[in-house]
Amino acid sequence: MTTATASHDDHGDHSHHGPAKGIMRWVLTTNHKDIGTMYLWFSFIMLLTGGVMALIVRAELFQPGMQLIRPEFYNQMTTMHGLIMVFGAIMPAFVGLANWMVPLMIGAPDMALPRMNNWSFWILPFAFGMLLFTLFTEAGAPNFGWTFYAPLSTTYAPSSVTYFIFGVHMMGISSIMGAINIIVTILNLRAPGMTMMKMPLFVWTWFITAYLLVAVMPVLAGVVTMMLMDIHFGTAFFDAAGGGDPVLFQHVFWFFGHPEVYIMILPAFGIVSQIIPTFARKPLFGYASMVYATSSIAFLSFIVWAHHMFTVGLPLQAELFFMYATMLIAIPTGVKVFNWVSTMFRGSMTFETPMLFALAFVVLFTIGGFSGLMLSIAPADFQYHDTYFVVAHFHYVLVPGALFGIIAGVYYWLPKWTGHYYNESLGKFHFWMSFIGVNVTFFPMHFIGLAGMPRRIPDYALQFADFNAIATVGAFIFGFSQLIFLYLLIKTIRGGEKATDQVWEGAEGLEWTIPSPAPYHTFAEAPHVK
Amino acid sequence: MFFRTWQRLSSVVLGLVLAPAAMADWGLNMPQGITEVSQSIFELHMLIFWICVWIGVVVFGVMFYSIFKHRKSKGAVASKFHESLGLELLWTAVPTVILIAMAVPATTVLIQMYDTTNSDVDIKVTGHQWKWQYDYLGEDVGFFSNLTTTDDEIYNRTEKGENYLEEVDNHVVVPTGQKIRFLITSNDVIHAWWVPEIAVKKDAIPGYINESWALIPEGQEGIYRGKCAELCGVQHGFMPIVLEAVTADEYQVWLDDQRAGKVAEAAAAQGDFSYDELMVEGAAVYARSCAGCHGTEGQGMGSIFPALAGSSMALNDMAGHIDIVLNGKPGTAMQSFSAQLTDVEIAAVITFERNAWGNDTGETVTPKMIIDAKK
Repeated sequence: MTTATASHDDHGDHSHHGPAKGIMRWVLTTNHKDIGTMYLWFSFIMLLTGGVMALIVRAELFQPGMQLIRPEFYNQMTTMHGLIMVFGAIMPAFVGLANWMVPLMIGAPDMALPRMNNWSFWILPFAFGMLLFTLFTEAGAPNFGWTFYAPLSTTYAPSSVTYFIFGVHMMGISSIMGAINIIVTILNLRAPGMTMMKMPLFVWTWFITAYLLVAVMPVLAGVVTMMLMDIHFGTAFFDAAGGGDPVLFQHVFWFFGHPEVYIMILPAFGIVSQIIPTFARKPLFGYASMVYATSSIAFLSFIVWAHHMFTVGLPLQAELFFMYATMLIAIPTGVKVFNWVSTMFRGSMTFETPMLFALAFVVLFTIGGFSGLMLSIAPADFQYHDTYFVVAHFHYVLVPGALFGIIAGVYYWLPKWTGHYYNESLGKFHFWMSFIGVNVTFFPMHFIGLAGMPRRIPDYALQFADFNAIATVGAFIFGFSQLIFLYLLIKTIRGGEKATDQVWEGAEGLEWTIPSPAPYHTFAEAPHVK
Repeated sequence: MFFRTWQRLSSVVLGLVLAPAAMADWGLNMPQGITEVSQSIFELHMLIFWICVWIGVVVFGVMFYSIFKHRKSKGAVASKFHESLGLELLWTAVPTVILIAMAVPATTVLIQMYDTTNSDVDIKVTGHQWKWQYDYLGEDVGFFSNLTTTDDEIYNRTEKGENYLEEVDNHVVVPTGQKIRFLITSNDVIHAWWVPEIAVKKDAIPGYINESWALIPEGQEGIYRGKCAELCGVQHGFMPIVLEAVTADEYQVWLDDQRAGKVAEAAAAQGDFSYDELMVEGAAVYARSCAGCHGTEGQGMGSIFPALAGSSMALNDMAGHIDIVLNGKPGTAMQSFSAQLTDVEIAAVITFERNAWGNDTGETVTPKMIIDAKK
């Protein structure tokens, strides 16, 4: 990286501002690329940590009966798996990609608030360190599910819930600061000529996502604070015996939780919208409608939260409202899928690893969208709710959805970051193992869910045995395939075929005009966008 | 009905790939269930499923056509088109129409599901960690329903029975041909009472009484199994529901038997029991009602559920011991057992706890002492 910086003389005075030496480079850095790198490695570590927990869960579910772990530890594993994957793996990975790519895509020299950027990142290791250490306490880790419904998470919670609340507060602060930084950067640091409607879609989707984060993370902070008050300060927000309301918890939680779902998918929409045009060698179909569709999805995400609560006994009118509003989401989401397919139509496609992951994203995310449409039908949801059908649904949108989007983005930009092409055969091998693994794991879950297996149970009736065994095999294939990814990443960072500046034949945009690897400082002088 | 015809048409076309009948046989699909509501839900489910399949066929069809035809290796040259107002309006409008068509039958079914009026039988269902309580309102019949699958089966020390994890001691018995209203609530955390065959799933929430209903047609007598669907703690996977539908006449006989049984139990509590009798009974009650939290050897669980072996209450404080079993400890998972267990069972289990696992107090707690403590 240092040599690349030195050899790059476009930026005059800045060329000698290489990174500092040693560990303090990473602790004190305000460089968007360093911080992006740290976010990405952190989320990868969290992905593996949460993945191990998922494999423990799947191993226990391989056969009926309790074999490996006890029910109380099982509940800790499912809870921690969910929390770590949502808040530790998916969200920080997107922030990492935003840190790296948003300034490069809009022609900005760095993020607008670089010191805050450093702080946003460095909160995270402490938040997750605190959450993970509860596993080693006598009370055990949180065991009430990642949705932590009261009163299971208040009156009946293990004492580690207080650390969990503190951890959630820290993650929330980190996310809000990260989001503010992205908004401020996009609004203020665009290069001359880079109008809003010329911004790459990844920037657009992140812009909208950042507003969602600023809007809902405080709601999450509110709900955990109410829990804290109930547990330690004698209030009864969620305690029926004290005049409180357990259903209030769910309303507040899902008012955060549903936009949160889109926080985890909108940036992936953006990544896929960058990749498909590149490898189809054809401009994105319907750029403007993509922007409007993303905005519509973001707006609708605020008025559909109670579809997670169809069985809590809402009044009929509320039930109908939330059913209709939820069904509406299918329309803008459909627009996006149709646009991606139209982009491919009459293109000139090649199938490098980022494109493979992006294509798998389109197909498998759409399958997750279909099951989402099924779940929106409230009467049918009375049968689907809290079964493995739901588990299948949200894993389809989060694993081959959000996670494949992230992986596609990493492959796509990796040559720009490292200056080397990755090994294409190894990348394809990683893709096919992941693709097979993910489907073998999650597709059978549709069947066992419809057949009546509830979620979050450590042991199950005998009729569910076969599909559970298959799902476990798939989970191990998928889990271990990610080690191929780790190996490939390290190999590519260390060396490999030298990447060109444009990297991909069909790539367009400011990030492909700078050298590969990207110098430590870029766009010290703003480029002009025509 | 339009939807049925449409569904059948779709089934024929795609039948070779995924026949719905075969899916039902292999336990791949939602059960059609035995009530009108459950069958309406099944139809909605299949309708939306086939809509999704058809949209998928079209969208993925175009996508894979492009992938095979418009690839660079086949010499495809990219065209430059990137918008089409007409096309974009079309694929906004068509899904809107499909969704409205879908919303109409869904609304009808939902309205039907919410109509809990004019019920013939009212059953209050109360969730507890980790068992269900049923009270037949106005009938003076009520009981708890506990899992009967043994720890030996769960921990693989013996072979698993046919209804592994789906069997309970007391079935919730309901008559066919009558509208049954379930009033669902909880005593501690949130549970959810779910029997797929009658398509009733409703959260049991402390402080709320949720309503749901089912009308099982005559001729559909039988046993239908369900489960708790909302994470409710450690034993969430171990609190099933067994619904037994019987004819209206059999139902009346069953109610009478239940009432007679209660009278007999009360009379039995007045009798004398030896230490040995109480210990045998107590061990069985302990395994069923206490071991879930306090451990099979009275060792407790984590920091939440205290050990009974060697506990000062079990060794020294008999009055306190009787009190906590009868009345529970508010704000903790320790429930009141005065309604869950008979006086004989309570006496037996306390005797057992005070003498098992090296507690050796030698004390006997008799059913009469329990009756006195309740006064």
